[in-house]
Amino acid sequence: MNRIGVWLAAAVLAVLVLAALVPGLFTGQDPLAVDSDATLQAPSAAHLLGTDENGRDVLARIVHGTRASLLLGFGAIVVALVFGGLLGLAAGLGNRLVENVIMRLSDVGMAFPELLLALVVITVAGGGTANAILAIGVANIPSYARLVRAQTLAIRRASYVEAAYALGLPGPRVILRHVLPNAAKPVLILATIGVGTALVAGSALSFLGLGTPPPEPEWGSMLSTARNFISRAWWYGVFPGLAITLTVVSVTVVGRALRLRSEGRTG
Amino acid sequence: MKTLKFIGWRLLAGVGVLWGAATLTFLVVHFTPGDPAEAVVGGEGAAPTPEVLAQVRAEYGLDRPWYEQYAAHLWRIARGDFGTSYRLHTPVTRAIGEQAAATVELAAAAAVTGLLLAIVVALATAGRRRWRGLASAVELVAASTPTFWLGIVLLTVFSFGLRLFPSTGGQGVASLVLPALCLALPIAGVLGHVLREALEEVLEEPFIVSARARGLGDTAVRLRHALRHALTPLVTMTGFWVGALLGGAVVTETLFTRQGIGRLLVSAVNAKDLPLVLGVVLLSALVYVLVNLLVDLLYLLIDPRLKEAA
Amino acid sequence: MSLVKVDDLRVAFGATPVVHGVSFEIGAGECLALVGESGSGKSVTARTLVGLTGGGARVTAGELTFDGQDLTRLRERGWRRLRGGRIGFVLQDALVSLDPLRKVGKEIEEVLAAHTDLSGAARKSRVRELLTSVGVPEPELRAGQLPQELSGGLRQRALIAAALAGDPELIIADEPTTALDVTIQAQVLGLLAGIKAEGRSLLVISHDLAVVARLADRVAVMKDGVIVEQGPAAQVLRQPAHDYTRRLLRAIPAEHTKGTRLSDGTPSAPRRAPGKVVLRAEGIGKSFGGRPAVEDVSFTLHAAETLGIVGESGSGKTTTARIALGLTSPGTGAVEIHGRPWTRGDRAQRRDVQVVYQDTLASFDPRYTVAKVLAEALAVAGVPRARRRERSVELLELVGLGAGYLERRPLKLSGGQRQRVAIARALAPSPSVIVCDEPVSALDVSVQAQVLDLLEDVQRETGVAYLFISHDLGVVHHLCDRVLVMKDGGVVEEGPVGTVFREPAHPYTKELVAAIPRLAAA
Repeated sequence: MNRIGVWLAAAVLAVLVLAALVPGLFTGQDPLAVDSDATLQAPSAAHLLGTDENGRDVLARIVHGTRASLLLGFGAIVVALVFGGLLGLAAGLGNRLVENVIMRLSDVGMAFPELLLALVVITVAGGGTANAILAIGVANIPSYARLVRAQTLAIRRASYVEAAYALGLPGPRVILRHVLPNAAKPVLILATIGVGTALVAGSALSFLGLGTPPPEPEWGSMLSTARNFISRAWWYGVFPGLAITLTVVSVTVVGRALRLRSEGRTG
Repeated sequence: MKTLKFIGWRLLAGVGVLWGAATLTFLVVHFTPGDPAEAVVGGEGAAPTPEVLAQVRAEYGLDRPWYEQYAAHLWRIARGDFGTSYRLHTPVTRAIGEQAAATVELAAAAAVTGLLLAIVVALATAGRRRWRGLASAVELVAASTPTFWLGIVLLTVFSFGLRLFPSTGGQGVASLVLPALCLALPIAGVLGHVLREALEEVLEEPFIVSARARGLGDTAVRLRHALRHALTPLVTMTGFWVGALLGGAVVTETLFTRQGIGRLLVSAVNAKDLPLVLGVVLLSALVYVLVNLLVDLLYLLIDPRLKEAA
Repeated sequence: MSLVKVDDLRVAFGATPVVHGVSFEIGAGECLALVGESGSGKSVTARTLVGLTGGGARVTAGELTFDGQDLTRLRERGWRRLRGGRIGFVLQDALVSLDPLRKVGKEIEEVLAAHTDLSGAARKSRVRELLTSVGVPEPELRAGQLPQELSGGLRQRALIAAALAGDPELIIADEPTTALDVTIQAQVLGLLAGIKAEGRSLLVISHDLAVVARLADRVAVMKDGVIVEQGPAAQVLRQPAHDYTRRLLRAIPAEHTKGTRLSDGTPSAPRRAPGKVVLRAEGIGKSFGGRPAVEDVSFTLHAAETLGIVGESGSGKTTTARIALGLTSPGTGAVEIHGRPWTRGDRAQRRDVQVVYQDTLASFDPRYTVAKVLAEALAVAGVPRARRRERSVELLELVGLGAGYLERRPLKLSGGQRQRVAIARALAPSPSVIVCDEPVSALDVSVQAQVLDLLEDVQRETGVAYLFISHDLGVVHHLCDRVLVMKDGGVVEEGPVGTVFREPAHPYTKELVAAIPRLAAA
């Protein structure tokens, strides 16, 4: 990956965050304004990316959908990171019994595909943005628990941790000063990349009609309606998905560059 | 002997995972807020008659202590009885069985396509500076593209644009091409990336230089030495691709309005048909366990060192 | 006529030149040794002879010929005929140079398949012959095993067998003995000498002048991509013309260097007299998974004294060190520090025994600067915050570094500088004992000389005692007062270094001492 690509990806992310915070910067149009005279119009000067079946501006809906879509990916990873992280730390630092119980539980969790586990949560708790975040987050807990445990164990065995013990540093201080900070970095970097995958999973729930409900703009749910109009309005089905893919690509590029840098390799 | 012992342990671990999965479904049914009997017949919106609720309570033994219920739950699942779909009024196993063939067909086609694509592209481009940049970019985009959007794009171009393939249905090979491709490409993107990185790492190893120093050509080095090593990370990613296939099938079947377990699941979730949802999820855990077992055996063939470790 | 002719060879990776203008010849049946420290460009030079310099390398030469054939014009197909067929290449460290997933016999067969018309069955019997010829017992069994099922010595022999399979005129051996125990090292050198006696030419790459002394007809000394001196082995090793060669030779620790400073050859200042006992190990033993790693080991260590523990891999010396350090609790016996047994949670006692590792980089938290590394060690020692910086500078000056190193990160330091920081850290709590676990094994000989000198200076200054673990008998002889020889978890012999190495009593010690590569052999 070259330097320009990484900077480009970082720029895309900056624009996305800006769009999530201040959508008005990028579009003057109301994402909810219905115009029955201008349904399914192709891209034009008035509607840069065309309109949907209700005559709403697709660009405005994509811009205003940024917040909900990013929130899906980001929120889910926060949920997974907090709960998975606590479990992983307990497994990595605790005694064998604690470790075994947590790891066997995560074995069970890993046996369920992410999306299917999320669907169980939705069945029980119902749809909606908050529940979709919870569902994807819960589905990711086992893998983050594993990741954090593996990192913690690897660092606990590192030579510099033994060196700290040999100096006479008390155990809790070694964990606080050396194990946790060094374990956290790679986990956070991988979680960055995870935001992308979680965003895809979250928008898949919306696509299935189980995430963010219409008319609220969100990329996955826009595609959910767009698929009924593929034969008549290609722009409607193409641009929201392009937004998702561009976001995920940018997140991954930046995440990988961070990883290479932290491992001392050039990006 | 060691191999047998290894298989024995893996079987035991698999049974353990299934037991955990069955327990989880038990917990879901019983810790869902509200009346478990209502949950079984479809949540608060279903408004079942008191007679139905009473019948469910008796059938599931909901009036008995929890450990008896738990034992009965495990026993039912062990016999292959996943309960009755409240919406379809048929046994869950039969409902799933009727849809299984279509999903297996789709998943198998996608798995083979994805794996072949990943291996061929990785072998051809690893360590070759001119090609790896391009391959890596394509892989990244493929891996980042959501299945459902890829499907929409494929439909826009090949069904409605070029009219090469049908947009819906499950009849014939032509109708399988787009869904299988749609499911396979993101998987191929991820696996290809992992495989190429692994290959490039292996190609730097001293034993590869040794092999070249013996007069072996580039292709022989890649096929005879490097590929076997690079397959190892693929094997550890079983969880990923099984999950991606099953999760992707849900989306793909919905998008292409194909028959299959995935679409069955979506309609079950929408109808809050908990027994059917849990049945599909349990089945996916079973598939995961079986595939994992198979892959572990394959792994023994790839890496003979593990026989010692096992 | 020379088999290999190299004139004005230059190799660059991208914009970085690593070999600038190297010239040498190798005659038929002759052995040339290319000697140099890490980064000297010796391995790259050797690899250009088989066209395996690596991607991105730009190779130019006034002349680069093998048996009259111009190598600079060779295409891939031509290279493949040459590699394995006419030039055999033995890489260092056979553990990673043989494919861990393939049987040893298959690796050798590969050469036969590429360079001969032998049938499958004929290849198999040829593999057996080759393995027998390099001294591998039970060749049938070994050919069917994976590399990791073989010992280090057998692996190296198998690798040499693979290099010989194509019946090449030239064998290139890159550090052929580096990872091997000293007795195995002697056997492999003997094997290479036998190959030379068959009339093959040999190019041996090594960082160790003593290793090549008994093998090479001619020696070329490389430094920073240039050959600084070359000539007949006896002349280069006995009457070196170049200053660098002289420094290298002087820096090799051995019996005769005792009492001199390795870095400049001057006599060292007088040692302190050993004081009272600071550490006593009494009958310590430890088993891992039912297999004893250490059995009934006893020793005492006095203040200002250096006790060496030598042994080959698997002898239990590292486990003994860890028990002495209190990081592994002994299964039997006990370790006393100043007459008190190791007590868990006794911080003062913990501070009294410190450690210096072989892989120093891994022993520093990657996020820490040198200042933070030292401040942490000083904090544990109870030095108040306000005094830590001042004390850190004192420590750095004690190990020959200055205050300028405080803000550096260990990753950006050289191996020798890192080892100095590690010694400074170990000194921070003012310990009575420092356990040194192979502290100079990963260093080049000139850097090793500086670190060994430093260890002596520090001892003279502070009166600290060293428990010095090493596989290198030369280093132990140079530095230690007394030595413990370990084999299979037990002590076979102990005593003053001079006595043990000059008049070894135990047969194993005799074998070890006989295997030490010596310059005098040249």
